[in-house]
Amino acid sequence: MSSIVLKDVRKVYAGNVEAVKGVSIDIADGEFIVLVGPSGCGKSTLLRMIAGLEEISSGEVSIGDRVVNRVDPANRDIAMVFQNYALYPHMSVYNNLAYGLKNRGMAKAEIDRRVKEAARILEIGDYLDRKPRALSGGQRQRVAMGRAIVREPAAFLFDEPLSNLDAKLRVQMRVEIKKLQKDLGTTSVYVTHDQLEAMTLADRLVVLNGGSIEQIGAPIDVYDKPASTFVASFIGSPAMNLIDAKADASGLAAAKGEGLSGANAYGREAYVVGVRPEHLKVLRGEAAAPADAALTLRMKVKVLEPVGAESYLYGELPNGGASLVVRVESHETFAIGEMVTLHAPAKDVHFFDAQSGRRIEG
Amino acid sequence: MQTKRAIFPNKFLPYALLAPQLAITFVFFFWPAAQAVKQSFYKEDPFGLSSRFVGLANYTKLFQEPDYLNSIGRTAVFAISTTGLALILALIFAVAVDRLIRSRNAYTTLLLWPYAVAPAVAGILWWFMFNPTVGILPYMLDVVGYDWNHRLNQTDAMILIVLAASWKQISYNFIFFLAGLQAIPKSLKEAAAIDGAGPVKSFFTIILPLLSPTSFFLLVVNIVSALFDTFAIIDATTAGGPAQGTNVLVYKVYQDGFIGLNLGSSAAQSVILMAVVILLTVIQFRYIERRVQY
Repeated sequence: MSSIVLKDVRKVYAGNVEAVKGVSIDIADGEFIVLVGPSGCGKSTLLRMIAGLEEISSGEVSIGDRVVNRVDPANRDIAMVFQNYALYPHMSVYNNLAYGLKNRGMAKAEIDRRVKEAARILEIGDYLDRKPRALSGGQRQRVAMGRAIVREPAAFLFDEPLSNLDAKLRVQMRVEIKKLQKDLGTTSVYVTHDQLEAMTLADRLVVLNGGSIEQIGAPIDVYDKPASTFVASFIGSPAMNLIDAKADASGLAAAKGEGLSGANAYGREAYVVGVRPEHLKVLRGEAAAPADAALTLRMKVKVLEPVGAESYLYGELPNGGASLVVRVESHETFAIGEMVTLHAPAKDVHFFDAQSGRRIEG
Repeated sequence: MQTKRAIFPNKFLPYALLAPQLAITFVFFFWPAAQAVKQSFYKEDPFGLSSRFVGLANYTKLFQEPDYLNSIGRTAVFAISTTGLALILALIFAVAVDRLIRSRNAYTTLLLWPYAVAPAVAGILWWFMFNPTVGILPYMLDVVGYDWNHRLNQTDAMILIVLAASWKQISYNFIFFLAGLQAIPKSLKEAAAIDGAGPVKSFFTIILPLLSPTSFFLLVVNIVSALFDTFAIIDATTAGGPAQGTNVLVYKVYQDGFIGLNLGSSAAQSVILMAVVILLTVIQFRYIERRVQY
């Protein structure tokens, strides 16, 4: 177990393509860090640089106080779980787990002990003699995890390990990974493009965009106080409503369309105003928004999307304004074209700079 | 193996579509093969004017004939050396090319060219290069003190036909090995690297086992081709000589039949070869079609 420190790490590919643009992260011993971002944001490249599978163009990667820029993957004391599991198809499950230990010249008895122990933890003891092709997706996933834990490494690296599983199994394995990591207390770096996976697993989230860090923080802090419009739209599902607004002394107004009103909280002339679908209250008919509402929106209903426990109501500001989505009770019904009023209190309204998209705070 | 079945509304159409291929197979394989089987039981005079049924005499005589037994031995040496050389060199080339990124296509193309050269032309090429009088290689070997003469030395002659035969086969094997290597997921090699296997270790414990279906397929194909597809190369380089030194089975069929005009014996030899091919084909279907399990 040990900490991992990235210091201004960059990756530049041939042709001057910068995939990772100076990333610095301090990962504490035993911490579960999730790198999250859309495809092409550099998250996998970053993970592979920690693993030693990708050369580091500049900057420094240290694992447990040792700079590992020039250390072979085998000697970095890390274990990696790959997206396609990368199990050795010609070896039994037992040998898949034992391979890394045999290569390091560990005694047979100790290998046996560790493999059996890992098999017990992951409940794959019954399949030790089977070849990977005779296993289901979930079982393969466990074997891949087992191969990482037998090594008892300083850190686990996960490269989208759940994306090949079906939705139900994914949720189940997600819970197990989290529990396993807490039990073992091994420092982990986990890459995913799935914001839900990121939110549920992480001690701290690192949101990446275009090779740079947008925000680092505990999942709930990232959710409550997104540092930019990118983070605001990436974390949370459905995404946060982001509306271009102009402002003057009298208050806010929609930049396109109409039906937006609210307080000009920071005295600027333009904002991107953000509010999450779950924080908006819906008023039907001509009822007026309460006095404490910091933001009021008029929405023309277009689609109602029930997901069971709740429903999402999609629509837009009147006269060609921004698209909106709001969470409503699961059994409530709305007519297409109906006009509703949405409002949210000051604590749930986010303001972002109209140009840079960065969060504005008082 | 799961295959899609086409359904033809017209009952005769599938047969009509198959007919040309079947006709060719019949005229150029089944008919001559049947003729050979029949002929192998007869003793025929060189001019084909009279023939006499002799039963299995042609076969029993063959296995008492020192020349034939010698030819079996030569064939074994030739087939094993050619196959071994062609497989190992092709694998080395494939591994080397697989490591390249930008120049990969150029090397692949270059390494494939020999396969496009006709066997007789390849034979002539090697005949010139190794010609004891005018060839470049005997000249260079002479510098290091080796007196190359495949016209007199049976070992030299064998080396020559092995080189000539495997040279062409390398191209074929190379492309299969390269495809096999590229089908191995990169993440497996990376997982092995993280698991502490160096390049050599991961080659022998991961890559080679994963290539085993390809290797086995090529092994059978190479043996078949060394046994039967090398007539032109031998005819153009050594013509079976010196003193039967390179007279492999397939060449002996030709020599005994068309030069020696011993048609019965020649037919018996080709029937034996046919049996070997059938055996190899069965092995191939048994193991390849069901895939080598790994």
